[in-house]
Amino acid sequence: MTPLKPVTPGARVALGVAFFVLFFAAWAAATFGGFVSPTFLADPATMLREGWNLLAHGFVRDILITVWRVFGGFLIAAAIGVPLGMAMGAYKPIEGFFEPFISFSRYLPASAFIPLLILWAGTGEAQKLLVIFVGSFFQIVLMVAVVIGNTRRDLVEAAYTLGASDREIVGRVLLPSGAPEIAEILRLVLGWAWTYVIVAELIGASAGIGHMIMDSQALLNTGQIIFGILVIGCIGLVSDLLFKALNRRLFPWSLA
Amino acid sequence: MNRLAIEAVVKQFPGVPGGAVTRALERIDLSVEDNDFLCILGPSGCGKSTLLRIVAGLETPTAGSVLLDAQPVSRPGPDRGMVFQSYTLFPWLTIEQNILFGARSTHAKAADLISRVGLKGFENHYPKMLSGGMQQRTALARALANDPKVLLLDEPFGALDHQTRALMQELLLGIWEADRKTVLFVTHDIDEAIFMANRVAVMSARPGRIKAIVPIDLQHPRHYTMKTSAEFSAYKARLTEEIRVEAMKAAQMEEVSP
Ligand SMILES: Nc1ncnc2c1ncn2[C@@H]1O[C@H](COP(=O)(O)OP(=O)(O)OP(=O)(O)O)[C@@H](O)[C@H]1O
Ligand SMILES: [Mg+2]
Repeated sequence: MTPLKPVTPGARVALGVAFFVLFFAAWAAATFGGFVSPTFLADPATMLREGWNLLAHGFVRDILITVWRVFGGFLIAAAIGVPLGMAMGAYKPIEGFFEPFISFSRYLPASAFIPLLILWAGTGEAQKLLVIFVGSFFQIVLMVAVVIGNTRRDLVEAAYTLGASDREIVGRVLLPSGAPEIAEILRLVLGWAWTYVIVAELIGASAGIGHMIMDSQALLNTGQIIFGILVIGCIGLVSDLLFKALNRRLFPWSLA
Repeated sequence: MNRLAIEAVVKQFPGVPGGAVTRALERIDLSVEDNDFLCILGPSGCGKSTLLRIVAGLETPTAGSVLLDAQPVSRPGPDRGMVFQSYTLFPWLTIEQNILFGARSTHAKAADLISRVGLKGFENHYPKMLSGGMQQRTALARALANDPKVLLLDEPFGALDHQTRALMQELLLGIWEADRKTVLFVTHDIDEAIFMANRVAVMSARPGRIKAIVPIDLQHPRHYTMKTSAEFSAYKARLTEEIRVEAMKAAQMEEVSP
């Protein structure tokens, strides 16, 4: 193998699929072969049967609720976080004002806020959205501010010599030059939002994928738990692919 | 009337903390007429870019001032277009959109300039898809399309190979002969300076001063064959002597300073 040498797209897909095949093979061997007790780990066939069972009994609604919570909280965080991050990256006094507080806040784990948020917002949708918001907002702000702050100075100078005003520098240079990286940040943070939503649903929820996982644990139904986890993985994978495809469509100039 | 007046400009940069300041420009006085093509020639590190950036308004002088049509310059503006030594096209805009960036640029002007700099057929390409020479031609067209009073060029062809560079010189000279802009052109290449300029201002090694101003009385339109004429060689001999002393000083300075 040569370092950094790319492989063909076909080989890439084949390698990716090969991992899943091996993974399922090992799982099947461990469970069907009787090496692991069914109490602790269901076999793939049981998992699929339980999954079908779930889907037949309203699990689709749980999935939709979880998806809506993730995207709702994420969109609110992005709608406020991206403009604030841009303002901080572009204008140093604004950065000086917010940066210390936001740097501090980003290290507070979103899950640690759940008890407080339940106290303040109850166990309804507002609390779930808040968990996602707390988990995503500070990360988005700081990363966007860094991207905008790192805009190539020579491009800014070139725009000034072409007569751009301070305002135009923000709208016509800083924003378009940082846009692909901002989109990449949002893709990354959306992935993290999925972990927060499940944690939020494990505590004080009456619906959602996380809630189903908690219920299944009480019944020792490992098949359902694994199915729930797989569903999350699949949704994450699909939203990630869609995000990537969208970025490629929106920013053809940034491709190598 | 003098279009551009550089009056007693001094520039010092703060050095590393605790160290001495860098004296980049000692005291520069220069006046540039309307339609003048002034080449600023000097060894590496003598402050050519710094001077041009002060005229552009991208850097403030420590002392002295720059006047454009008798108005002091304090910040960058569309009346002073600039082509940078590095590639500064906006990567998210196509070639045509780059040329249309300035507020005074129009589609008609952009189309005209695109054909004059030989980029027909590349209007919808992104800068990344173009060679270095094509990118600098686009940058030149972008600056010209905004119709500046003064065009500032900081070694715009410095990164190009010899042949491309000669073609670009002829291209720029052709544009200047047709439009008669006021041009400040920074270079460290003696041939380039003689071929392009009305006047060559020779700068001393750091701290930069104007050491001599040599008028170049070669006829327009100029053709590349001129580069082998006796007149051209005479200018070259003279400027080579002027610059050699400074280059030696600059090199020595680099040896002495740690
Ligand atoms: N931002 C800065 N901070 C500190 N010193 C600087 C800065 N910019 C330039 N200098 C110093 O000023 C001097 C002149 O630099 P300048 O870039 O103007 O040289 P130049 O003549 O354009 O050289 P070259 O031909 O290599 O481009 C150099 O000694 C450099 O170290
Ligand atoms: Mg320079």
